[in-house]
Amino acid sequence: MSEIVADSFRQPVRDPVSLVPVRSYWGSVWQRLRFDYVTLFCLAVILLIVASAVFAPWLAPMDPDKSSMAYRLRPVGYRNFMLGTDEQGRDMLSRLLYGGRISLTMGILPVMLSTLIGGLFGVVAGYYGGKINMAIMRTMDVFFAFPSILLAIAISGSLGGGITNQLLTLTVVLIPPLCRVAETATTQVRTMDFVDAARSTGASTMSILFTHVLINVISPVLVYASTLVSVSIILASGLSFLGLGVSPPTADWGLMLATLRQSIYVQPLVSAIPGIAILVTSIAFNLVSDGLRQAMDVRA
Amino acid sequence: MSDLMAAQKAAADPRDRGGPAQPMLIVDGFKKYFPIRAGLLNRQVAEVKAVDDVSFFVMKGETLGIVGESGCGKSTLARLLMHLIRKDAGQLILDGDLVGEASGILLDGLRRSLQMVFQDSSSSLNPRLPIEQSIAYGPRVQGASRQVARQQARSLMEKVGLNPNLFGQRYAHELSGGQKQRVNIARALALDPRLLILDEAVSALDKSVEAQVLNLLGDIKKELRLTYIFISHDLHVVRYISDRVMVMYLGQLVEIGPVDTIYEDPKHPYTQALLACRLNMDPHERVDAAPLAGDPPSPVIPPPGCRFHTRCPYVEDVCKTTSPGLGDVLRLSPKQHLAACHMVHPRSGHSSAPAFAA
Repeated sequence: MSEIVADSFRQPVRDPVSLVPVRSYWGSVWQRLRFDYVTLFCLAVILLIVASAVFAPWLAPMDPDKSSMAYRLRPVGYRNFMLGTDEQGRDMLSRLLYGGRISLTMGILPVMLSTLIGGLFGVVAGYYGGKINMAIMRTMDVFFAFPSILLAIAISGSLGGGITNQLLTLTVVLIPPLCRVAETATTQVRTMDFVDAARSTGASTMSILFTHVLINVISPVLVYASTLVSVSIILASGLSFLGLGVSPPTADWGLMLATLRQSIYVQPLVSAIPGIAILVTSIAFNLVSDGLRQAMDVRA
Repeated sequence: MSDLMAAQKAAADPRDRGGPAQPMLIVDGFKKYFPIRAGLLNRQVAEVKAVDDVSFFVMKGETLGIVGESGCGKSTLARLLMHLIRKDAGQLILDGDLVGEASGILLDGLRRSLQMVFQDSSSSLNPRLPIEQSIAYGPRVQGASRQVARQQARSLMEKVGLNPNLFGQRYAHELSGGQKQRVNIARALALDPRLLILDEAVSALDKSVEAQVLNLLGDIKKELRLTYIFISHDLHVVRYISDRVMVMYLGQLVEIGPVDTIYEDPKHPYTQALLACRLNMDPHERVDAAPLAGDPPSPVIPPPGCRFHTRCPYVEDVCKTTSPGLGDVLRLSPKQHLAACHMVHPRSGHSSAPAFAA
């Protein structure tokens, strides 16, 4: 009995049952995140940007596509134009709000899709190993062989422009890196003894994957995915810039940046505004992913 | 006598199917060769004979110690028993039932009866699961409700000396090595097993904690009527805990017998050398020269004849050509002592062999 005493000598005087609530993994992640003010601030910024995009029709002071030859390239704060006007005399603020709808969709949706698809392939490849791993990972390597922007241009070029095709392109481009991260994490977890211990209880593969593997794989994958949001926005902007994304009258941050670049000497601040929007969004996502990584590491 | 008493105890066990004389576990001719693949087409170029035709049995209520150098196949054998890796040949009979065959009990039944405590206490616990959930996982898998499984996990934690209110919601990294190993033991007990395989279960612990865990293992063995297979390279610990000992060398069984007989009168030169390596409490009896020099030969191309002949001090011509048999291990009585050495077998051709069967 002596060893029992030795282990529990730190027992508090008060009734410990009420003091120890059931802890869940996500609960403890939130406990850590609560006091990380930088991450919380960045989360708020992202929410603000998302909200402004969602409510663009109500927030925008003017029609984003209505041009006016009389008011071309006005500076920031000119009359009703809070952020000035572009080279066709359209209100920059309205275009920025509407453009956020497309740019954020391009940032978030492809990442979500490719996290699901790439993550699934990666976990399957990592858990089963052998020939299945070989087949999946070598296919991914083929995609890896091209620089991502080149791959995006190639796919987009063959599919043609348009929002759906751009979404598809970005999803395909982002699958291989996410698959690789998921595969690496799964391979590490699979060889750990606790997976063997779970197998020896007679658990099904599904149960082991969900209870023991995914929970250890999900945090590196999620963290990596959140860094990809900004990559995806920038890739989408690049495609639009090259004319492979949305077509001209539609507002999109990348497209705005592309068309305004000729006016950089006339109205430098106005021309930079879409770029600033992209920058702020991607920095916010990167910092959130940093905070998330710290919060998800139970050992920290 | 202790064997007999243990057997009588086991007879009262409602889980018992084969009666007290039926061994808990019979292992017949286990083989595991790991392929070595190389080259462009990943062809199999050779194989590692990790476990090569090993047979033994474990009586109900006894503790069978397995000793041997690193790489002799102890852990592979444990994983084969747990069906964590597929065996190449051999049969497993659990309390009279053939495991995994059409006519025998299913693997699921084996899983509940046979559990294992792993060596590396930290990698054997899921880092992102509170330990209460780690322990409750087995019962959950076997169909217990969340409440029942949790209750069971808590009572098991108490059994291994951890206060569930204090430790239940902790993560593995918040525990010490000894506490982690207690959790591992609790998890192994969660399915109410009858045989526990302890694969170097105390080897990574410091000496005082090791003693605590060994005491704990002794207590729960009595309380839960368990049978142990205790794998270790620590000969002192094996002597302390085991009823019988088997010695492995290069994937094969070289000697098996009651613990005192083996420790006091080892027959196989390898066992003798292993025992000579033990450190003595008396500083005057210092071990200066290593009784065994060099590494064991490659299990890919084991030496012909006796596998130990490359390192054996008593090697003769017969050892290099003829592989010494061990005798019929499965017909052995638990009291008997067998060694796979030409010096033991009468008329084997070795100059030290006895003339007649003893």
